[in-house]
Amino acid sequence: MSPLDAAAAPEAPVAEDPIKAQNAQVMALLTRLFGEGTFTDVHEPYGLLTATTTRERIHDIIAGLQQDQELKFHFLTTMCGINYPENVGKELGMIYHLHSMTKNIRLRLKIFFPIADPVVPTLTDLYNTANWMEREAYDFFGIIFTGHPNLIRILNVEDMDYHPMRREYPVEDGTREDKTDLFFGR
Amino acid sequence: MPILNDFSQELTTLNLGPTHPATHGIFQNILQMDGERIVSGVPTIGYIHRAFEKLAERKPFYQITTLTDRMNYCSSPINNLGWHMTVEKLLGVTVPKRAQYIRVIMMELARIADHLICNSILGVDTGAFTGFLYVFQEREKIYEIYEEVCGARLTTNMGRVGGMERDLSPVALQKLRDWLKSFPAVMKEFEAMFNRNRIFMDRVVNVGPISAEKALSYGFTGPNLRAAGVDYDVRAMNPYSSYEDFEFDIPVGTNGDTYDRFIVRNEEIWQSLRIINQALDKLPDGPYHADAPHYYLPTKPEVYKNMEALIYHFKIVMGEIDAPVGEVYHSVEGGNGELGFYLISDGGRTPYRLHFRRPCFIYYQAYPEMAVGTTLSDAIVILSSMNVIAGELDA
Repeated sequence: MSPLDAAAAPEAPVAEDPIKAQNAQVMALLTRLFGEGTFTDVHEPYGLLTATTTRERIHDIIAGLQQDQELKFHFLTTMCGINYPENVGKELGMIYHLHSMTKNIRLRLKIFFPIADPVVPTLTDLYNTANWMEREAYDFFGIIFTGHPNLIRILNVEDMDYHPMRREYPVEDGTREDKTDLFFGR
Repeated sequence: MPILNDFSQELTTLNLGPTHPATHGIFQNILQMDGERIVSGVPTIGYIHRAFEKLAERKPFYQITTLTDRMNYCSSPINNLGWHMTVEKLLGVTVPKRAQYIRVIMMELARIADHLICNSILGVDTGAFTGFLYVFQEREKIYEIYEEVCGARLTTNMGRVGGMERDLSPVALQKLRDWLKSFPAVMKEFEAMFNRNRIFMDRVVNVGPISAEKALSYGFTGPNLRAAGVDYDVRAMNPYSSYEDFEFDIPVGTNGDTYDRFIVRNEEIWQSLRIINQALDKLPDGPYHADAPHYYLPTKPEVYKNMEALIYHFKIVMGEIDAPVGEVYHSVEGGNGELGFYLISDGGRTPYRLHFRRPCFIYYQAYPEMAVGTTLSDAIVILSSMNVIAGELDA
């Protein structure tokens, strides 16, 4: 299935036609710029074009999107890490939200990589704002950004030796027996 | 080893904060000072970090509301309602027009309160205490309106998934109308006191300027970005909650300096008043919440006499309602800029992952660059005009 077919799949329950058409256009342009097969798992939940790529390509892709004269993705809205422990080999992920203000297009890019080798390229050379966001992702998930100028903990204490947002630690007090994972949250 | 008594060669390390009154919250700036001039600055944050993103992974959707309003406590309704809109987007709930208009009114009131605090405290930081007293009363009146609408003043738990908790009561409407009559005069007085004030302008014009390109690269949004000349406003670009029904201008500055940020905020207060007036005039009749019994908390009288309502009440309060699988990013124009909620649901009763895009966290990293080269007193007003809220910075 080509990415364009996937983009047209009825994924979003409230998606409207103009958004779909725009997303299809953007996806076509992305495929033209970065080649067929670069993006997998393309869909548009709630109208926001989402695509998965690899950590080897992510820096080039975002740099290309930033320099592209048609799309001008000058704004990195946010980026955050995520942990799927049951996804063996791709336990950790980074999710990037980009925004092209001139055309008002939002784009979500994802990469996944093994927790044993959590190394991804930094975006600090493209966006100044990536600095703290990457430090936050490092702090919470232990994702190491190569080329980051100052990759130290930002919100937690410096001598912490674990990464608290990984889904390895129960939130509830471990000494209590009346509160089990069965009844609270998941 | 520096030569003794050669003070020109010695740098002083100055800790601005963590609990300095001028930092407006608990965060630290370690400044290297050459005399009165700042050579470098390192911000240290995380002092009130409360792990909201981690907590949210274990809380049902309603309980997360109380996390959101503790982020930006100067404009908590925007955070509350932004969160509810995110959940509504995930669930596919359509909110009736009346509820949307009430939300707009509440969010604009919150924006006014937020901007009033920021601007008046900027006045205090330059030595003008009177303006602060003028408008702090007005914030008090806004809080009284909140109190009438939802019962709380600071940590408002305003709105529900599907609409508002209750309709605007006649008292609330009356208070709102009275306030709308009396406030413009106070605002004019406040502007008259500052806008062309020689002493004030000497302190803020060309202090801490930032170019549009730099601001965009640093992820600025909200008044701080608009002061630099970029007319990006989430309300206009991606309208939510019926903002497309209202006419308002987006004030922009030119230099991106402290004075422009001040003026842009003042102008936005006037635009917010315009929006509130329009919303009040056009306030449609009809229900104030969606007919979504699975998600909308039923009223107490209904719970007492209706079995279905009791069951839904229980299920909602205990967080036993599962959400559909999906991921949604929803952003609103918060007091400080684009406040985004990125929610990944795996079909459970809590989010699998919730990421807050807190505008303060993102743009505060530009602060050292803006402050370096200025004096300590300038650094204080720059920090003040950026309106960094520690709760939102750390979350």
